[in-house]
Amino acid sequence: MRAWLAQHGFALRDALGRFGHHLLPAVFNVVVIGVAVSLPLSLYVAVKNLGAVTGQLDAEPQLTLFMAPDAGPEEAEAVGTRLAQHAAVGKHHFVPKAEALDGLKRNAGMAEIIDNLGRNPLPDAWIVSGRGGDPAALEALRREAAGWPKVDHAQLDTAWARKLDTAVRVGRAVTLLVAGLLAVALAAVTFNTIRLQILTRREEIEVSKLIGATDGFIRRPFLYFGLLQGIVGGLAACGLVWGALATLEAQVGPALLALAPDGGLMGLEAREAAAVLAAASGLGWLGAWLSVTQHLWRIG
Amino acid sequence: MIALTGVAKRYPGAHEALRDVNLQVERGELVLLTGPSGAGKSTLLKLIAAIERPTAGTVIVSGQNVARLSKRAIPYLRRNFGLVFQDHKLLYDRSVFENVVLPLRVAGFDGREAASRVRAALDKVGLLGRERANPIALSGGEQQRVCIARAVVHRPSIVLADEPTANLDAAYAREIVSLFGAFHQVGVTLMVATHDVATFAPLPSRVIELYNGALTP
Repeated sequence: MRAWLAQHGFALRDALGRFGHHLLPAVFNVVVIGVAVSLPLSLYVAVKNLGAVTGQLDAEPQLTLFMAPDAGPEEAEAVGTRLAQHAAVGKHHFVPKAEALDGLKRNAGMAEIIDNLGRNPLPDAWIVSGRGGDPAALEALRREAAGWPKVDHAQLDTAWARKLDTAVRVGRAVTLLVAGLLAVALAAVTFNTIRLQILTRREEIEVSKLIGATDGFIRRPFLYFGLLQGIVGGLAACGLVWGALATLEAQVGPALLALAPDGGLMGLEAREAAAVLAAASGLGWLGAWLSVTQHLWRIG
Repeated sequence: MIALTGVAKRYPGAHEALRDVNLQVERGELVLLTGPSGAGKSTLLKLIAAIERPTAGTVIVSGQNVARLSKRAIPYLRRNFGLVFQDHKLLYDRSVFENVVLPLRVAGFDGREAASRVRAALDKVGLLGRERANPIALSGGEQQRVCIARAVVHRPSIVLADEPTANLDAAYAREIVSLFGAFHQVGVTLMVATHDVATFAPLPSRVIELYNGALTP
């Protein structure tokens, strides 16, 4: 146990020493890893904020039930009663044809055209919003209500909400894809760094093997190095994203805050930052392990 | 302690480096391996330390057949040995101390105990004051003594030395020989490949001669 601890302590010190010894290349590597990780991370944060906005707006899609032109007030009232009793309905209100016409007349240039028509072409209508903002439930209600007596046409006003929802989904997929690609890049950067280190320390590795070092002993400092480089790179990425968010809030300021649901942009939570660090260090470790294992095998 | 039976070594595409070698070395013995260049002296030492594997025969060290040892077991076998190389194989990017402490680190010693052992080993070879020096700043004889300190710092039971006095002038060579004499006195088993049996004459040794890969009777 003591020997095990001593060996790990030695490997960690060795890796830290190498960081300090080759500070400039180490800093550049960290910058490369930081930028690489910050790309999918900023996408993630952007999608997260957008998703929050659509989540808030999802409650808004409306169903409009247009009554038949010959429908009277009693028939409209009957539809109103049905809506009031329906489980999927949140709020509903009636827009009589006269009120709809008045609304239309308020638009510039429309009044004259409407006056020329001589009669009101608009039907009575019920405006319905769903309970809980589930678009699928509202869609089911639309199909059901289209069959009610004297309901001429039922129209779901969710096209734009769906588009936004799709955009968020695409954003999530792109984030995953970019994250996957850059994960490979991170492992590759570490692989190459460790490869260069092994080449310059080849003599040391050979001598160590001659005096009884196990593969694990030789591998360990390199693994620690990959791990550390990943952690520091991950920290740099979190810092970059944090800085970008702060800049964005400062630049766009109140306009952005009005859009954001909680009066501010959502950054990274502690557990998300921890996940980023874990992933970056894990990938650093993996890149180092692949590199060392391949080269140890070659040195024989 | 060490027993070779019917050992042969053929390098791919090359001549036979060793042919039917049978050899017994007792615990605490000092054996000088001699013979012209290319006779197979280095190869013999490499087979014992499991740096090479024989193409035929068995190499037994402390009851273990080295020739059949798994790759994972080899590092632990090597820790029984102290290896001294003709070209020292020192690492020039670190101090004398860091060079000598390496076998202890490999075995999991660290801290104060390791430091005191390193100083004891450096004291034995007369380099106690030079632990902070870089090996490159030392003379050839001093570098060889650092190599010897590294070979004995973990108190191995067997020391294998390949031409430890080559490239050294007579005075330095005598220092090295007297160091080996001291190890022999404390019961270390020593196998030394050398051109220069005369320099080792003051020590009670058994001389084994190799010629073209075979022991001369």
